[in-house]
Amino acid sequence: MIDFVGKRRWFFLISAILIIIGIISLAVFGLKWGVDFSSGTAMTLQFEKEVELGQLRQQLADLGYDTATIQPAGEKEFFIRVQEISSDQYAQLKEGLELGLASNITDSSVFTVSPIIAAATVRNTAIAIVIASIGILLYISWAFRKMPKPFRWGTCAILALFHDLIIVIAIFSILGWAAGMEVDALFVTGVLAVAGVSVNNIVVVFDRIRENSKRGVSSDLEVVANCGIMESVGRSLNTGLATLFVIVALYLLGGVTIRNLILALLVGITTGIYSSLCIAGQLLVVWDKGEWGKLFSWLPSAKRPS
Amino acid sequence: MKRSRSGLLIFIVILFGLALWVVWPNHEIRGRTGFALGLDLRGGSQLVYSANLSMKDPAQTDAQALEGVKQTIERRVNKYGVTEPIVQTMQNEQGGFILVQLPGVKDIDEALMLIGQVAELDFREQVLNATGNTTWVIAKAVGSNGTEKELTGKYLKPNATPVLNPNTNKIEIAFEWDAEGAVLFKQITTRNLNKPLGIFLDNELISAPTVQAVIEAKGVIEGDFSLDEANTLAIQLNSGALDVPLTIVERRDVGATLGADSLQKSLLAGIIGSALIILFMIIYYRVSGLVACLALVVYAVLTLALFRLIPVVLTLPGIAGFIVSVGMGVDGNVLVCERLKEELRRGSTLERGVEQSFRQSWSAIWDANVTVFIACAVLYWLGNTFGNFTVVGFAATLFIGVALSMFTQVVVTRSFMRTVVNSGLAKSPRAYGVSER
Repeated sequence: MIDFVGKRRWFFLISAILIIIGIISLAVFGLKWGVDFSSGTAMTLQFEKEVELGQLRQQLADLGYDTATIQPAGEKEFFIRVQEISSDQYAQLKEGLELGLASNITDSSVFTVSPIIAAATVRNTAIAIVIASIGILLYISWAFRKMPKPFRWGTCAILALFHDLIIVIAIFSILGWAAGMEVDALFVTGVLAVAGVSVNNIVVVFDRIRENSKRGVSSDLEVVANCGIMESVGRSLNTGLATLFVIVALYLLGGVTIRNLILALLVGITTGIYSSLCIAGQLLVVWDKGEWGKLFSWLPSAKRPS
Repeated sequence: MKRSRSGLLIFIVILFGLALWVVWPNHEIRGRTGFALGLDLRGGSQLVYSANLSMKDPAQTDAQALEGVKQTIERRVNKYGVTEPIVQTMQNEQGGFILVQLPGVKDIDEALMLIGQVAELDFREQVLNATGNTTWVIAKAVGSNGTEKELTGKYLKPNATPVLNPNTNKIEIAFEWDAEGAVLFKQITTRNLNKPLGIFLDNELISAPTVQAVIEAKGVIEGDFSLDEANTLAIQLNSGALDVPLTIVERRDVGATLGADSLQKSLLAGIIGSALIILFMIIYYRVSGLVACLALVVYAVLTLALFRLIPVVLTLPGIAGFIVSVGMGVDGNVLVCERLKEELRRGSTLERGVEQSFRQSWSAIWDANVTVFIACAVLYWLGNTFGNFTVVGFAATLFIGVALSMFTQVVVTRSFMRTVVNSGLAKSPRAYGVSER
């Protein structure tokens, strides 16, 4: 039997390191906002013939767009981002590329946005997550009302949920400066989806702990929680694995348009499995034992009080 | 007991058959033959306009002014001949916005012009001002109720059409006044006989023909119009002017093949992913895995059928919501399968094990899904309030998906499991993924 709860300080340490790195990255670099949230024009161009990235970059620079961001999006497709341009400028850009690269553009998508809309989206999502969290907190506290101190269950679930969300957002922040990953409107959807999956996982584990507690496995919450977590391992890994099959397939085969969303899900589902097994129940135990104060003196090298 | 169970099975088969029929392409449901696809999947344009509400009629509330603009835009777009356009208003502390979706529109610049222009038409006469210069002043006349009124586009009958003037070979717009307009126009043309009368659109002079005769009911607007421009203007005049000026703040054009490409790639990926899930479930959980997969197929078809019936407009975020709900559906089945293994390991009989596994996993499935429902409801409500339709699409498909997955859990998977157990086809615990010790 693996002692998931007994190793809690290790898990907390790992999570704390991840979250601290994430918060530092967010504070220093922030997120690399895509067109949805800043302003500008983003386009996906599909060429008739194969076009080399270098040629395209050169041609765009010749047309005066030397700061353009270019990403290959498929065999003959490219995703290009420039400053906000008008319809006329866009038409000229397309014509210039067709001439310069000797290839017709067979299809294109353009997206132009002014900053006025962008700011509201991020804030509204944050409001949505906070209100949803309060709702979930209240529901879990009610659903676990037969347990002693039901409010703790809800709070711990929300803490574990925020843990997952912070890690997802932090990873996008790191990918932003390391690999130029931009955050777009679909990323926001991804964060919401992660919240849904994450809460689902946590509740399943809590349900198992509740069941063991009712059965009277032990009077010590640490033992009860560990039993519940142990019994959930099979389910958590299998469900996670099954979901990841679809997600990985979508990441590899799905279009470049949804890649942000899928990557958020990929990271979120992975951390969701981890937090439901290694964080959520452990938080309950820490609270039950009144260890909050000792949390910071818990260095892994320190001997575990028996 | 036994009879009601087989009744349930028949009910499921019939329901599945109906759902399959609904999902099957090539026939029309709710006015279309396929799924309702959002712009990101079928191509088209989405425009967001910011409305300058400071210019509204003070008697109106912001919401009323926006609603008026929305109706005018709807009239314009409908006359332009776009299929299934969407015009929505949204309001937040940054002001009022109008979102317009035009599926499949090729010449977006023309559409942009058509929708965004205020199109306030008025007639002006020349007067001498104090400095001795002539200026244009909106022509006024006494209306039928005795009060003085400005002659503007609101007295036009909605039947303006472009016509070709055979003498000048130029395109003109023929219009007709309503009864009130005719009363005003008669007085104004009488007073301005042999003088120029200025025709202004959005405060810009289009033309200033000289009044040749007293006119009542009909007239033409001359100008340097191309046929397209004349058509656009005629539509605008017939739809009425916008109550407030608009500026474009967001514009998204998705090419038709690129949209279809996203859809196809996502579908292919979804199919490969699902095949892997099925393979995994069957290898790991054997018989119960197979039953779970059958139930998942029923679930997927039911969900898609509901998407077509409601109809839910499928967008990329919507598909993401569906995928997440499939994941949760798989989760419910994994929970039950794991429980069954536990029960069998403990030495339960197969029949008892199946009943127990459903009973015991129910609280987890219920609580986990209710929390997701809460999240969906909040997202749906907020998305609608703030006009974030990406979020709305996601919340809607996730909600429907999770609700149906609970239904298939309780009704379909259980009924299938009982049937398999009762048939006595697979009796050994090994068939359910339990290794005997």
